[in-house]
Amino acid sequence: MKTIDEILEILQNSHPDVELALESGATGTPWIRVPANAIREVSKLLRDGLEFRFDTLMCLSGLHYPAEQELGVAYHIHSTSKKHSLALKVRVPEEKPEIPSIETIWKTADWHEREAYDMVGIHFTGHPDLRRILCPDDWEGYPLRKDYVPQEFYHGVTTGEKSVSEQDD
Amino acid sequence: MIEAITENGERREMTINMGPQHPSTHGVLRLELVLDGEVITRVKPHIGYLHRCFEKYAEKMDDYAKVIPYTDRMDYVSAMNQEHGYVVAIERMLELEVPERVEYIRVIMAELQRIASHLLGIGAFGLDLGAFTPFLYLFTEREKILDIFEKASGARLLYNYMAVAGLMRDVHPEFKEEVSDFVKTFRPKIKELDDLLSYNQIFIKRTANIGVLPDKVALNYAASGPVLRGSGVKWDLRKNDPYSIYDRFEFEIPVGSGEMGTLGDCWDRYIVRVREMEQSLRIIEQAVDGMPDEGDVMAAIPKRIRPKEGELYARTESPRGELGYYIVSDKSASPFRVKARAPSFVHLSMLPAISSGALIADMVAIVGSIDIVLGEVDR
Repeated sequence: MKTIDEILEILQNSHPDVELALESGATGTPWIRVPANAIREVSKLLRDGLEFRFDTLMCLSGLHYPAEQELGVAYHIHSTSKKHSLALKVRVPEEKPEIPSIETIWKTADWHEREAYDMVGIHFTGHPDLRRILCPDDWEGYPLRKDYVPQEFYHGVTTGEKSVSEQDD
Repeated sequence: MIEAITENGERREMTINMGPQHPSTHGVLRLELVLDGEVITRVKPHIGYLHRCFEKYAEKMDDYAKVIPYTDRMDYVSAMNQEHGYVVAIERMLELEVPERVEYIRVIMAELQRIASHLLGIGAFGLDLGAFTPFLYLFTEREKILDIFEKASGARLLYNYMAVAGLMRDVHPEFKEEVSDFVKTFRPKIKELDDLLSYNQIFIKRTANIGVLPDKVALNYAASGPVLRGSGVKWDLRKNDPYSIYDRFEFEIPVGSGEMGTLGDCWDRYIVRVREMEQSLRIIEQAVDGMPDEGDVMAAIPKRIRPKEGELYARTESPRGELGYYIVSDKSASPFRVKARAPSFVHLSMLPAISSGALIADMVAIVGSIDIVLGEVDR
């Protein structure tokens, strides 16, 4: 079992060229910020490294930060043999939301990345089947973005969005 | 593998849809099956028919507590466990202490719900494979649990019973007695279930050696709950990452052993659920003994919950597996982001990996054995 500080130190020693940072809030758990282009490399090392052995990806969540005009992905990984958990986070600008896919490292990422693409619009480069998963294929916009405006009609059928706003007026 | 050959000697593939309206997909699920004769070569699950974007609702509720009824509606056959997972996450965020009595009641409720959920899962699994009688027997038992829930919360399916730092209201005075009665009457019924279904030769023929999930694959897909344990991995969050007061109870983690066929087949996943019900009964007994008779069911907390800035991922063991909530707070009254990591979602994504090469008739057994709830898959 290793703490997040120890993990960060080992990662920094083995990858001195990758900019890693420890971040945290006032409550909850801290996380390691990873640059988008290094996420595959770091994930692979975390999975295969003898001192890490992170064999499962518990959760992958897409995020939208409207203030910074950024999108993000939070990865929560766990090792069943070493019994430690870790959170990683990647942030990319809204105009070019591209993050390498880690689908080949942890298979859980397959559907979770599709969900993050569907909900916040992050493009996972190298994903074999990046389609919408929860919304219909021809849905407009990304529902979990903070500035999302739902479409009024879908194939000529009202989505109920307009009638609600009219009632408010 | 048998190949379908046309008169001209060409190989013929056929694509058919199983669902969205199909009695054994346990909800609105569409499976695109590519068949070679009766053998499935590819499966493509299409989900989202029940998508209501729970996560967006959670952000718009303007109150952390108002999200609880929505969590009920994700996995609607184990609503207590869904609520439990969410309140545990928020309490960790607020660094709150929960009254002793509340913890005991929560554990009893969560374990009763686990049994109720497994009864439905097992019953429907048998029903899918043509065993109608066990389904009715099991529903009689499930009814007793729902009666207890109804008395405590006023609802039979979606309870809205657990609150942040407490419970919506105290349990009724006869609660302990009723729970003990249930435990006593239910234990012999598991034996009855074994005779009726578990060791029924027809049932074994339909489930053993079908849909084999090796442990390495299960871990790489982050499978959890009975699906992972069916593959022989001893992993239960109640023991491995204890939350609430689970570290106080003695219980075993049943795992599959390939008793009837191959390790990790449909029968193994099924029997893990049956054995888990026995363990839940053990936990309930201990919790009823340990539960204080007097005490508050609500800790003193501000009316409006406003966690400090920060984020966490909290996971609990729901009847289907690891239910995780990733919660981000920006200090405002509503969560900045709530992501529910649903075990059914993950398990369904494994379906293509475990069902190619199976016969089309076995697809029903495989879908039934991973026990998905579509409300949770689509959220």
